[in-house]
Amino acid sequence: MPLSEGTVGKPIPPQDMPLKVTGTATYAYDVEIPGMLYAKLVTSTVPHAKLKKVDTKRAERVEGVLFVFTGNEMPYRVGMYAGDRDLLAKDKVRWVGHPVAVVVAESLEAAEKAAEMVDVEYETLQPVFDPLEALKEGAPLLHESMHEYRHAPAFNPVPGTNIANKFTLVHGDVEEGFKQSDVIIEDEFRISHVSHAYMETQNVLAHYMRDGTLEIWTSCQSPFIVRQIVSESLGIPYSKVVVKTPFVGGGFGGKAGLGWEALVAMTSKLAGFRPVKLVLSRKENFASSASREAVIAKVKAGFTKEGKCVAYKVTFILDAGAYADYTVNVSRAMGYSAEGVYEIPNVYCESIAVYTNKIPTTAMRGFGYPESNWVLEQVFERAAAKLGIDSVRIRRINLLRPGESHTATGERLREDVGDPRKVLQSLLQQIGWGEKPQPPSKPWRIRSKGFALCVKGPSQPPNAAASAIVKFNEDATVDVVVGTGNFGQGTATSLSQLVADQFGLPVERVRVDLVRDTSKSAYTWQTVGSRGLFTDGVAVLRACEDAKKQIKGIASQVFRVNEEDIEIIDGMVRVRGRPWISIPLKDLVFGYVYPNGNTVGGPVIGRGYFASTLNTYLDPQTGQGIPTIFHTFGGTGVEIELDPLTGEIEVIKAVQVFDVGKAINPLLLKMQLDGGFIMGMSIALFEKIKFDEQGNILNPNFTGYYIARSKDIPESFSCSLVETPQFDGPMGARGIGELSMISVASAISNAIFLSTGIKLNNLPMNPEEVWRQIMNQRPELVEQALENMLKLTQEAKVQ
Amino acid sequence: MKKLSFNVNGIRRNTLTKDNELLLDLLRERLGVKSVKAACWRGECGLCTVLFDGKPVKSCLVLAVEAEGREITTAEGLAEGERLSDIQDAFVKYGASQCGFCTPAFVLTCHYIIESGKAKTEKEALELLNGLICRCGTYNQIREALASLLSGK
Repeated sequence: MPLSEGTVGKPIPPQDMPLKVTGTATYAYDVEIPGMLYAKLVTSTVPHAKLKKVDTKRAERVEGVLFVFTGNEMPYRVGMYAGDRDLLAKDKVRWVGHPVAVVVAESLEAAEKAAEMVDVEYETLQPVFDPLEALKEGAPLLHESMHEYRHAPAFNPVPGTNIANKFTLVHGDVEEGFKQSDVIIEDEFRISHVSHAYMETQNVLAHYMRDGTLEIWTSCQSPFIVRQIVSESLGIPYSKVVVKTPFVGGGFGGKAGLGWEALVAMTSKLAGFRPVKLVLSRKENFASSASREAVIAKVKAGFTKEGKCVAYKVTFILDAGAYADYTVNVSRAMGYSAEGVYEIPNVYCESIAVYTNKIPTTAMRGFGYPESNWVLEQVFERAAAKLGIDSVRIRRINLLRPGESHTATGERLREDVGDPRKVLQSLLQQIGWGEKPQPPSKPWRIRSKGFALCVKGPSQPPNAAASAIVKFNEDATVDVVVGTGNFGQGTATSLSQLVADQFGLPVERVRVDLVRDTSKSAYTWQTVGSRGLFTDGVAVLRACEDAKKQIKGIASQVFRVNEEDIEIIDGMVRVRGRPWISIPLKDLVFGYVYPNGNTVGGPVIGRGYFASTLNTYLDPQTGQGIPTIFHTFGGTGVEIELDPLTGEIEVIKAVQVFDVGKAINPLLLKMQLDGGFIMGMSIALFEKIKFDEQGNILNPNFTGYYIARSKDIPESFSCSLVETPQFDGPMGARGIGELSMISVASAISNAIFLSTGIKLNNLPMNPEEVWRQIMNQRPELVEQALENMLKLTQEAKVQ
Repeated sequence: MKKLSFNVNGIRRNTLTKDNELLLDLLRERLGVKSVKAACWRGECGLCTVLFDGKPVKSCLVLAVEAEGREITTAEGLAEGERLSDIQDAFVKYGASQCGFCTPAFVLTCHYIIESGKAKTEKEALELLNGLICRCGTYNQIREALASLLSGK
């Protein structure tokens, strides 16, 4: 294969796979430093209380224990968006699991033993667990000094209440829209707390050194944001904070914002500048780290008899838990994604993040979009049924039109945004819409098809940048320095393909550094929001342009031609039109040496950056503006079986269709699409963090909190791509990581609704919930299923 | 403390162990076998799986003393130098790993499934993998990797 054909578009396996399959990829969890001490958290056993006394005397006497620190020794408040968190609980505790002290010992065993012996005296306060209760006047207040918090400008907390953020989106006149409506759909939806359940639990190794340098190894998604949070909250210059992140054992948003770094850093300092490591147990990770918020959504939608949605009013109440550092932005994204892939003229949306005495919450894959999608796509399906028009037509009538429509935030869609119509068409084709499903595997089961559409872009501040460095080595191999993280997306491999093609090099000759180190890596804001390939890809391509310019500058002197007359193809630098006048890259990228030793040029290092164009903050009153750098359109289709006797839902076929702009690496893309489907299905069918009346988590483990396993996956996965290039994306590409799970739950519930008329408003759709809804809405289905089952047994007996 | 002598990936390891030490902790914390991961510490996720005389066990549920005289194999031990084993190769080819944290456990269990002939079909193979969790959801790629070896592709 000639190299000039390129590697972009080819299904190249991730380059780091040999390390992973041999178990030799290093995670923060694996890192040790000589002299390292072990930390263990002591956490609150009550949901809401004044801290009267934290007595550490008994714990300090345990053999091997060096220190026990409390909130009094660490008077720092930390955060990224809401800035609402104390490093350790100081005056009060706000949830069961709230860290009140940290034990430092020579061994984990000693630290664990001592943690049990810290005596905490509480003066209990009235807790509030229900966000609707927490919104009422006179409700117990979680954050009395909210007015002092240093929150980012995009947010609107309401001091004196439990409102961490209130986002409002208005355009048109929703009441006028309802007057024009022939059909109104009104309902309430509920979504449970979800654990990211990344396999590598949160862990940090910090070494505060005597020269004031702070070195941190951490399992995080965004080392540069960790640096920002640590620097700003502890008052250390950015250059003195070095954050290192090797491979990361899953993140899914849960390792994107505030982690444990600042706490462990201060612990290291107080522990005599010794390195300290904290590894959370799974139970601690459930109880003391942040999860995805729960949601209550109330919706009212108005449609004309032709099926045009003319009014949409929705309120999202987010149960943000005790701390809402990232959830304030989730509430914003949930609000501005309310209209999904549709153009609705009259909309009023409120999205309110509410503090309660439960576990803190944070970003999770999809970031508010799966939640708003769960409401919207079901409303559309039900409206179609009520109007007697089909599922496809109602969507076609309302679909956003590239170049013409305005989104929920009033952004006029660019012409090259993608092609939602083609996505819908392809999705229908893939699931065989209109064709009858196969007969069910058991005669009493109900087999059906459903689908849902989605769209998303990264929810980032307008100035969230990325950068890249492309360095040539003496043998014309290339080192690429970026900031985007490695937790399974394979972005490093896609980036190396982009670089290889720019110079006509085999992809093996391009190496993307895999360990992030804020003192050496190129800056990128975060690895979140499906942005990595897009933002860092653009930066990398610009760095390649810069490097090429340098190479051409050297070559123009050597060849004595204009720079414009030089091309770089197949690893050769040559004169356009006279390809026989050429020099291999390796003879130019460290400067060209003439036979007598004269040299022109030097080592080639290209640099590039990404910055968003035309993005804005959103108007605080109306939510209008341009919040994202691209929109990826897509959808999910499913064929499922419902067992009315048990309430179980089994997904038989999964279909994913997305307009990715350009598939840089179809294998990596397929891995994201299948993996995202499985995660989306798991959350849709199984996952729920359960609390008792005192706010304790009842299932902080993988027996009680069930996650999809190998037996649960569909028999078949198919995906189809639409490729409408976005001119400012890397080779036309758009992001996909989160998209793959946004519309999965909605597609499943729509399949149930279309075949049975049963409305499933609550997530997860676990057997208990589904069976309850069958009994409430169509109990005769159970009778019918029983009859079918008995018939089968009798037939078997006769035979 | 008790004397303990066993093989890890074909290399003799002599050490001392306490009665209550877990095989997981001995391997990871004291013998530096970092491919053995842990994510639940109570036998639910399977990430600490090692081959114990060729059979998969969850090392968080096994006491170190039980390893006396046994052969323990971990993911590092399947490859010969830079040459990957068949199942490792198939994992690479089909993209059966994302974040990679669970990969050593899946590679070992799949290796056992293939070597033992316990599974004739993809479906049977998936049942044998049900004790492990992959949160990235690479099960479909793992199925493809397994299928390629089951069918001799």
